Amino acid sequence: MADSRKLGIIVNPIAGMGGRVGLKGTDGKEILARARDLGATPVSPARTIEALREIAQVADSIELVTYPFDMGEEEARESGFDPTVVGSITKNETTAADTVNAATEMLKCQVDLILFAGGDGTARDVCRSVGQNVPALGIPTGVKMHSAVFAVNPRKAGELTVRFLQGEASLCEGEVMDTDEQAFREGRISAQLCGYLKVPYEMESVQPSKSASFATPDEKTSQDLIAQCILERMEDSCYYILCPGTTVKAVADKLGVAKTLLGVDLTYKGALVGSDLNEQQLLKLIGRKKAKIIVSPIGRQGFIFGRGNPQISPAIIRKVGRQNILIIATSTKLSAIGLGRPLLVDTGDEETDRMLSGYTRVVTGYEEEVVVKVSS
Amino acid sequence: MTGYRAVTWNEPLVYQLGRKGRRGSAIPAAEEQLKVKVGDVLSKIPEAMRRREPANLPELSEPEVVRHFIRLSQQNFGVDSGIIIGQGTCTMKYNPKINEALARSPKLTEVHPLQDSSTVQGILEIMYRLGKLLCAISGMDEFSLQPRGGAHAVLTNARIIRAYHELNGELEQRNEIVTTVLSHPCNGGSPAVAGFKVITLYPDPETGIPNVEALKAAVSKHTAGMTITDPYDTGIFDPCIDEYVKIIHEAGGLVAIDQANANSLFGRLRIGDVGADLCHFNLHKSFSTPHGSHGPGSAPIGVRRHLSKFLPVPTVEFDGKKYRLNYDRPHSIGKVSGFFGVIPAVLRAYAWIMTMGAEGLHETSEVAVINNNYLLGRLLKVRGVALPWIKSHPRRLQEARFSLQQMKEETGVGIDDVNRRIVDFGIQKCFTSHEPWIVPEPFTPEPPESTPKEDLDTFAEVLRQISQEAYTNPEIVKEAPHNCAISRIDQSPSRDSKKWALTWRAYLKKHK
Repeated sequence: MADSRKLGIIVNPIAGMGGRVGLKGTDGKEILARARDLGATPVSPARTIEALREIAQVADSIELVTYPFDMGEEEARESGFDPTVVGSITKNETTAADTVNAATEMLKCQVDLILFAGGDGTARDVCRSVGQNVPALGIPTGVKMHSAVFAVNPRKAGELTVRFLQGEASLCEGEVMDTDEQAFREGRISAQLCGYLKVPYEMESVQPSKSASFATPDEKTSQDLIAQCILERMEDSCYYILCPGTTVKAVADKLGVAKTLLGVDLTYKGALVGSDLNEQQLLKLIGRKKAKIIVSPIGRQGFIFGRGNPQISPAIIRKVGRQNILIIATSTKLSAIGLGRPLLVDTGDEETDRMLSGYTRVVTGYEEEVVVKVSS
Repeated sequence: MTGYRAVTWNEPLVYQLGRKGRRGSAIPAAEEQLKVKVGDVLSKIPEAMRRREPANLPELSEPEVVRHFIRLSQQNFGVDSGIIIGQGTCTMKYNPKINEALARSPKLTEVHPLQDSSTVQGILEIMYRLGKLLCAISGMDEFSLQPRGGAHAVLTNARIIRAYHELNGELEQRNEIVTTVLSHPCNGGSPAVAGFKVITLYPDPETGIPNVEALKAAVSKHTAGMTITDPYDTGIFDPCIDEYVKIIHEAGGLVAIDQANANSLFGRLRIGDVGADLCHFNLHKSFSTPHGSHGPGSAPIGVRRHLSKFLPVPTVEFDGKKYRLNYDRPHSIGKVSGFFGVIPAVLRAYAWIMTMGAEGLHETSEVAVINNNYLLGRLLKVRGVALPWIKSHPRRLQEARFSLQQMKEETGVGIDDVNRRIVDFGIQKCFTSHEPWIVPEPFTPEPPESTPKEDLDTFAEVLRQISQEAYTNPEIVKEAPHNCAISRIDQSPSRDSKKWALTWRAYLKKHK
């Protein structure tokens, strides 16, 4: 590394504490207190140190920027770094607001990457603060980790950080999901898509890490090729329900319509009919006309329906019909989900899930498709 | 263990050597008599095509040239100097020197493709007979020797599939080719170049082969055919192949099977008998000729009777007395290659088959498969090495794809590191896998029939030692190689169009 790179570290010290004691999350003061009562101890600091030890091997070329005490400073010193500490917090009483402030501070310091330790809630706070203005990567230490922004384990997070800072990893957009903890405790999963972070992509297991694959299109080009393919197949007298996400947004971009990134939008004859629609609005607008759904699985988990797009209800899926669901995903995205692993549906209605199950096609490029199994 | 230490020279490119005006030999000027007789030879070259200044060629004396290339050859590595059994899919068998001598004979090198066929009956006979031998080996009805490598062969087969549906008036409807992700990538890439939409099947995580249900979901009235590799580079022969053939045929499509590497099948399985409509072999793998289309490779395609008329022109034909080149085939897809293919490879393959005989071919596959399963047994004892799908397929054919995922997770040492370390022992690095990497941290050894047992033992022993290093002193592996002509190459320019250069001229332009 020729120039010194700046790395921001944010630790949510209480993340994951609810998990070991069966609380399914650690959102909010009361739950944290209950977790502590039940004997929960912090897990984030140790896992952060595990990641930082990987990075310490190239410590000379990295300037570490972090938050005070157990939000990063202590972990950094423990791993042999001499970090620049910004901001101020009350020790042992960190809140979501501290994470948001820390991320904002890192953005101001112009770090090259924010490495944060936590779960979905932490990812949501980072995302709320910096959006896609600075790349970020999660060290998995939380209870809920439905977001596609976490490395597989702390060591991988460290390795990937080094590779990214050395210019050897590319970026892709990762979904930030958060579930309603209360619903989760009651046995229901209600995941919301909160936004996207720019995350370094783990190429290692799916591609020769150092190969000179200048012929391989990047994520954006791949999305563009898929969009072109979908556009050429679009029928005139048919509604198109555009699900959330950047892969589907690429189709809207190609059509020249403004799509909401997190919402469900509707087009007809190439024009936008409605934005950010709910189930009832969709059903009303489509009426008895033919409709198709364009959907992309959620990164790394592979859910098509049932996570992040509750607007697409069983009623809508049944109305549209299995043959009119166009699933699109770049091969990079499919690799991250796990090649050969099934895509998932959890619509809340068993019959709909059964109808969607089995082998189906996924468009992965221009005139390129793969056959993938769908299970519930 | 092997005592290997590479010869290392800090050798510049030939362009950076020599001095202006230096010469290898001085060629005497033409004599007056000769000049008068020949006339002005240069006047025939059009003005616009003449060089205004001499080409920027390196200027060296003869000893400088000799020394330069000897040094490069010393830094080179190959079957003749070390152990090459890591190159799965490639079948790096030893190519007998006698066949090299035949290919270098002036009897071959001095014939010209534009000679009248009556004057080259010998080589036409060899081409004709090699086609017949390949038919007997594969169970197909006719071969074309023209494609120059595997991807070219699959492209030629895809074009034949097109021509078949076009003649039936169904090309517009049948625009989809089904393939599998574990096939050689050209099985998807070449049909795409031929204008098809490509549908890819993934292996079932349990069995390592696609589920028949997945294929059923992929076929429709749009199916033009299937292009698939069998056996796979995992060393698994797809046991459902006859079922695939049935499903594709029922859907109205054709099946092309890539047998680039057929080294485990000689005398055991003929893909034509399975019902394949088209296939190809790489002569530079199973049939003992050198690798590389420039080097030169050759990948004949074989078809069943109903597709013969689409084969590229010319075909070599025999009327009982004379051999001739036939260009008069109205349904042919046309020419796919300059002249007639890579004839030196054809000659070597013919010589190899004739010296081996039917029994020898049978034994070739037997020994290759035994070699591989012996090595497989030894490698599975190495800590950190696993064989994916071992439950469904505990034994493999002529090669096997292993995973170092466990070693990577436990020590941080992965296949990239092991490959940089293994060369320290005078052993060629392992082929990992085609993309995408279905098997994480993959490596794919293939010990062909010509590998002695001692080499298999050395290879396994070296891998065991590297594994031990990974678990006790991973830095040795991570910082490797320590013994080689070059250590690490900065590959970043090859990803940057502003920097990469395929010629010296491009290099000078981009790196001022």
